[in-house]
Amino acid sequence: MAEETLLTDDFLRQLINVGEVDILVGLPTHNNAKTIGPIIQAVQAGILKCFPRERAVIINADGGSQDGTPDLVTGTSIDDVRRVPNAHALRTLHSISTRYARTPEPGTALRTIFAAADLLRAKACVVVSPDSTTIEPDWLQRLVTPVYTDTFDLVSPIYRRQKFEGVLMRNLLYPMTRAIYGYRIREPYASEFAISGRLATDFLTQEIWNDDRGRTGAEICLTITAITGKYRVCQSFLGTKTPPHRGASDLVAAMRRTVGALFSSLDSNFPLWSTIAESQPVTTLGAQSEVMAEPVRVNRKQLREMFAAGVAQLGPVFQSILSASTLSELQRIATLEISEFSYPANVWAKTVFEFAASYHRSVMNRDHIVQALVPLYRGRTLSFLLENRDVSGEDIETNVESLCNEFERLKPYLLEVWADRK
Amino acid sequence: MREIIITELTQALQELARGFAHYLPRLVVMLIIAFIGWMIAYLLKVLVRSVLRLTRFSKLSENSGATQLLNQAALPSSTELLSRFVFWVAWVGFILLGVNVLGIVGLQEYISRFFLFLPRLFVALVILLFGLVAANFFSRAALLAAVNANFRSSRLLSISLRIIISIFALSMAFEVLGVAEETMLLAFGTAFGAVMLGLAIAFGIGGKDLAREFLEKRLVTRKTEEKEDELSPL
Repeated sequence: MAEETLLTDDFLRQLINVGEVDILVGLPTHNNAKTIGPIIQAVQAGILKCFPRERAVIINADGGSQDGTPDLVTGTSIDDVRRVPNAHALRTLHSISTRYARTPEPGTALRTIFAAADLLRAKACVVVSPDSTTIEPDWLQRLVTPVYTDTFDLVSPIYRRQKFEGVLMRNLLYPMTRAIYGYRIREPYASEFAISGRLATDFLTQEIWNDDRGRTGAEICLTITAITGKYRVCQSFLGTKTPPHRGASDLVAAMRRTVGALFSSLDSNFPLWSTIAESQPVTTLGAQSEVMAEPVRVNRKQLREMFAAGVAQLGPVFQSILSASTLSELQRIATLEISEFSYPANVWAKTVFEFAASYHRSVMNRDHIVQALVPLYRGRTLSFLLENRDVSGEDIETNVESLCNEFERLKPYLLEVWADRK
Repeated sequence: MREIIITELTQALQELARGFAHYLPRLVVMLIIAFIGWMIAYLLKVLVRSVLRLTRFSKLSENSGATQLLNQAALPSSTELLSRFVFWVAWVGFILLGVNVLGIVGLQEYISRFFLFLPRLFVALVILLFGLVAANFFSRAALLAAVNANFRSSRLLSISLRIIISIFALSMAFEVLGVAEETMLLAFGTAFGAVMLGLAIAFGIGGKDLAREFLEKRLVTRKTEEKEDELSPL
């Protein structure tokens, strides 16, 4: 099995010492010393409070931290947590740390955690992001209970977000996953989620581990595997999500591991998604979504400039990817000033679908196709900001819903360009 | 006198007829070789075309940007071009074999030189093809990276990279062919040096504001830059 070569001898020895578990909490880390302490304590408190009788283990898969993160994970005392009222464990709570590589690979970290879950026959496997500074002990219960008690196989999170956070999720990942695969999962790329032991075992046998998707886009592939494998999927409202600060360069990386993995999944799943005509709601525990209207500083001028420069300078690249009508529409939008700027939902959906079809046909290097989408995404971001600047959270939800409907309406167009009949 | 002329003419005609009779079978053999060669070359062309289609060579060519280059030069597709190349090389080879049968003194040396030249021609073409493919790939990669990093002279950077790699590939191809070796090396050195000098001057004098802006962005106003990216995509 793959696990035999993936897991080090020392890690295996520690896992054997732990024995079978009911709940496994996975923490993929890389230089997270600043945030990991409170997160570990929240996880420990969650287990002591909500699952005192269950056999649980915390597994830290570290990607070569230089700041002592693994020591903090294994060294965090549980004594502070025990002082919390109603928090008491009847079993030993193990914390194990392993270094899976010298450089971080999110996919390999997940694979290590799933391999450990498979080996320990965990009934539920929860993954928690080391950046989730707003985590509360209750998150564990909200993620684990649907798997552990209600036999769901995947619990995807729903967060309370600032109204302009998660723009890529709202404008591309959610609408496209929903239109393609027919499931209304709000966070197809989740940094916190829970899965059943059988889904973890099945996911480990997937083909994705042999290519780039396994290294960088495993999270979204997991959601797609759950959908295409007809596993029981639900969503659970967790609470406020404050994303970590990311620089401009991270946008390209984020696009690669989300959009790239999503586009890539379309090839192998074509027989399935091509027959899905409409989306269906997914069982949701708690709120559907919540939006906070906090002020946010965004340089709209720079967004517009980067979009216009991208459209102008990447002309030859876009000619290979986009249809003439879409490209001319983008060139028109690029001339608009901020006051009148609008990248309409239908043009955006067509753009994304044409990119997906070009990715399928490999009209050029696939990574270049994903990179070429970045300036256009910036244009869509600007349009989203302008459309929703003065509206309430409910109105934003309505706008997102309308965008999703546009993606679903234009799905036949995707099938058309997919077959190169445009 | 008249008889002498007639005798000489008869002898000349007889020699011509003997010579023609001597060469006629060889000419026929040459024509047969050329005809068989044409058939074999044609079969090879069809075979190569089928293999290239089966292996989706056109897709590879499209990915690498070679198709785009060929379109711009109003040339046929890469599959057609390669199969035609195989056809002509094979047929010319057979024609030369046929000519060899004629036994024309001095021609044989040229023919053997031609056959010795063929592998080098093939290697040079492969180098040129890979060079153009690499030039296209790296220039596009540079363009995308520069555009996404908000670098203002993205296209200049991309074109410069394409030119440098193309010139490098061309000079390598000529070196393999042994054609104008020194001239090409000199031309490459000069062109490369000129591009580098041009870039240095452009950055040093013409683009000093751009360079300052670039450095300021990188080193001085990092906090402002971060504020601009306050939005998280995920």
